[in-house]
Amino acid sequence: MSAPETKSMPSKLIKGQTGDWEIVIGMEVHAQVLSKSKLFSGASTEFGAEPNSQVSFIDAGMPGMLPVINEKCVEQAVRTGLGLKAKINLSSIFDRKNYFYPDLPQGYQISQYKNPIVGEGEVTIDLKDGESRLVGIERLHLEQDAGKSLHDQHPDSSYVDLNRSGIALMEIVTKPHMRTSEEAAAFLRKLRAIVRYLGTCDGNMDEGSMRADVNVSVCRAGGYEKFRESGDFKHLGTRCEIKNVNSMRFIAQAVEFEARRQIEIIEGGGSIRQETRLYDSRQGETRSMRSKEEAHDYRYFPDPDLLPLELDADWVAGIQKSLPELPDEKKSRFMGLGLSAYDASVLVAERELADYYEELAKGVDAKAAANWLNNEILGRLNRDGLSIVQSPVSAAANNAIVAMISDKTISGKIAKDLLDIVWSEGGDPRAIVEARGLRQVTDTGAIDAAIEAVIAANPEKVEEVKAKPKLAAWFVGQVMKQTGGKANPAAVNAALKLRLNLPDEG
Amino acid sequence: MSDLNSMTLAEARDALKAKKLSSTELTTALVRSVEQSRGLNAFVTETPDRAMAMAAASDARLAKGEGGALEGLPLAIKDLFCTKGVKTTAGSRILGNFVPPYESTVTQNLWNAGAVMLGKTNMDEFAMGSSNETSAAGPVFNPWRAKNSNANLVPGGSSGGSAAAVSGDLCLAATGTDTGGSIRQPAAVTGTVGLKPTYGRCSRFGIVAFASSLDQAGPMTKTVRDAAIMLGSMASVDAKDSTSVDVPVPDYEKLLEGGIKGLKVGIPKEYRIDGVPADIGGLWDKGAAWLKAQGAEIVEVSLPHTKYALPTYYIVAPAEASSNLARYDGVRFGHRTSDSIHDITELYEKSRAEGFGAEVQRRILIGTYVLSAGYYDAYYARAQKLRTLIKRDFDKAFESCDVLLTPATPGPAFGVGEKTSDPVSMYLNDVFTVTVNLAGLPGLSVPAGLTDNGLPLGLQLIGKAFDEGTVLRAGLAIEQAADFRHKPANWWRSA
Repeated sequence: MSAPETKSMPSKLIKGQTGDWEIVIGMEVHAQVLSKSKLFSGASTEFGAEPNSQVSFIDAGMPGMLPVINEKCVEQAVRTGLGLKAKINLSSIFDRKNYFYPDLPQGYQISQYKNPIVGEGEVTIDLKDGESRLVGIERLHLEQDAGKSLHDQHPDSSYVDLNRSGIALMEIVTKPHMRTSEEAAAFLRKLRAIVRYLGTCDGNMDEGSMRADVNVSVCRAGGYEKFRESGDFKHLGTRCEIKNVNSMRFIAQAVEFEARRQIEIIEGGGSIRQETRLYDSRQGETRSMRSKEEAHDYRYFPDPDLLPLELDADWVAGIQKSLPELPDEKKSRFMGLGLSAYDASVLVAERELADYYEELAKGVDAKAAANWLNNEILGRLNRDGLSIVQSPVSAAANNAIVAMISDKTISGKIAKDLLDIVWSEGGDPRAIVEARGLRQVTDTGAIDAAIEAVIAANPEKVEEVKAKPKLAAWFVGQVMKQTGGKANPAAVNAALKLRLNLPDEG
Repeated sequence: MSDLNSMTLAEARDALKAKKLSSTELTTALVRSVEQSRGLNAFVTETPDRAMAMAAASDARLAKGEGGALEGLPLAIKDLFCTKGVKTTAGSRILGNFVPPYESTVTQNLWNAGAVMLGKTNMDEFAMGSSNETSAAGPVFNPWRAKNSNANLVPGGSSGGSAAAVSGDLCLAATGTDTGGSIRQPAAVTGTVGLKPTYGRCSRFGIVAFASSLDQAGPMTKTVRDAAIMLGSMASVDAKDSTSVDVPVPDYEKLLEGGIKGLKVGIPKEYRIDGVPADIGGLWDKGAAWLKAQGAEIVEVSLPHTKYALPTYYIVAPAEASSNLARYDGVRFGHRTSDSIHDITELYEKSRAEGFGAEVQRRILIGTYVLSAGYYDAYYARAQKLRTLIKRDFDKAFESCDVLLTPATPGPAFGVGEKTSDPVSMYLNDVFTVTVNLAGLPGLSVPAGLTDNGLPLGLQLIGKAFDEGTVLRAGLAIEQAADFRHKPANWWRSA
């Protein structure tokens, strides 16, 4: 693993009343494993079913029931680990995390404590300025999700829905390598892209299939750098864990609020208690849930119902071989085709968008295709509130349009009109160009005739343009108008230069 | 036939196969024996209708010349095994009237082999006890009484109901479970045969868990041959139990043949412990002599960490139990307090305080303590290390012998109420048996003699993992030499 960027940027400093502060952020992300059945039972994992309709005797913690590991979930965890460029532990252990809660039927959650299935890895995050930064991954482990308590169904009773009980989660823990709320959001975005590329988690934050807890601390300017040099946590402040941060936007808000809260306390002479805090998105603030002293003693111990999980190195190698091209690799390949870092990172953010782009760019100029996608398609999709997979115009149709621009069959202007037609009416772009006579005029005879007509109508302009060659653009516009926009602007330019004896730079 | 109920499993099987007897006749006799023996409190649930229906179905199959290895043979099932549609209590109030909608793998295997269910037997609550006195259904009485005494004795535990049922001829054979001696100790003090198989030999699926890394189901029978027959049907690898092991199930009855000539029998010197009555030591020596007389070679071996076995066991087992019993919370099934409650914590506290008996509560507290932050390393982690050393002792001993011979218990059956106020002296009953569970090995208790005042004593044979065949063959040699034909006086039977 290469050492992540350690340089601290001035923009990362927060001005306090007693000096500058830095924020340090680490994350724990719970990502629901994409699998048909649960981690230790055969019950379905489909979202949105009738309460308690997807519960096996194992999930309900019935007497004498035993967990049996679902190999698919193990494969997905390994796949994710490989996607995070992480160490796969060929031997890992499931532990029981003991606590009482009505949505935890066994009275313990089966998790991995000391020996997780995946060890250290890294994620490259892409920032707005086109810069990239590495965030270290501490570990990834598999665990069971709990059920859901429903407190709003009855005035004085609570209900429990166990559909979620036993569904496999991957808990992904980062190192404290993020410095701003933007980086935290960028990390989650990138992680989401990776698991979606891998097909190991649908990344759906609305349905709770990806949930983040954010650890925030603050330290005096320079403290973080000392931590990175020495690995000694004493240079960092006391952290608070913020739970329930379930959107990218809330992450930024929660981090900002929490950092300011901590700075105010320290500058006011107080100290930070290590605690778990809950983010309230309506109030935009974090509230104390429980202090470290009140924290549960989970009494972890190896689950005696399960043997240590032993993986075969060849099996892992087989999964490695089957990995798809991931965002980072795709991004550098796109950059190799001539795209800017920014364009490339926008295109690879979603696998569907990247796939769309690749089909669109087939056999045409990569940069032209990217511009077309960014400027024309994404703009229209955004306007209509559609996602790339819902685009009314296929990538193949767009490919045809871009190809027609580049082989000068149509002009850029006509291309946009053509896109509007296909967008609202559908149809094959090439056929529409033919049927509606949108083909660009490159026939010099027609262009010459149009030029003669414009000259004849505006003799005074001919003199002006000879004195001020820049006015040639006016002639080009007039000729284009004359030809109904179908003339090839380059051909018009060339013909005009010849006709009016203009110098080349015009 | 007046005493069909006193037949051995093998005798009854052969009589049924030879059509000298029908399962309906046999089952009728045993259902009647169960009814007449309620004074022993051996059964918590009797299932006579189911038994008669199963017997009729067996007779139909036998008539066609079909049927499994246990076709038509009436058995008793420890109430720790979940039985579909039949109340399963684990000897606890906390399970209330819990009726499982599923069947344990072991009992399913028995029914698949054609066996008939007479009912569910009493047991120590959650299999925690050595006297069957912690049961919510009250104590079981041992069919045996000391010479010239009317005092009720305990049948051992936790499989006390099954042991009493086999000993008193209330069934042909029974299932038990053994976490620290719960099959072998009651078998020894009731004059019956009890086999704890290798960990992983029988599936734990559907057996109410006590201590998952130690629990193992096994047969409780009248003879060693019967134990071999039962194990053949109970054992299986099971996709529903990750700790069951995929080793082929041999024909154990066939493995009884061949004698023990040349068999190396180890005598672990550390099992000669202070405070054990002279009859036990004497019987042990006698057992070794019997085996030697049949051609075995007796070798002394050492199991140096034996003295740590009980403390290790009483850390590991309660630790696992404290977690396994967390699911009994009054939320989804079983007992829930009827007191008014204000929050979920109160629901837990009251339901569990009312539902669990004193011994179970004691072990939950011990287990919770030894797993707590700050104590884990001192207790649980050290106990796991000792467990490894104890296992290693056995591996080493088996380099110089094929099977070990030890006493099964430190004494005969004791009086009801005699040890209930002293948990430590109760725990000492397991001193010869817990090592086997910690090491995951097979152990067999065989009746070998009587004390001076006429109470049965057993000897234990311990084998290598999955070598139940050798253990049973050596057990048969003891059984034949001891020629144990004693039966308890029939004091409990009502007309």
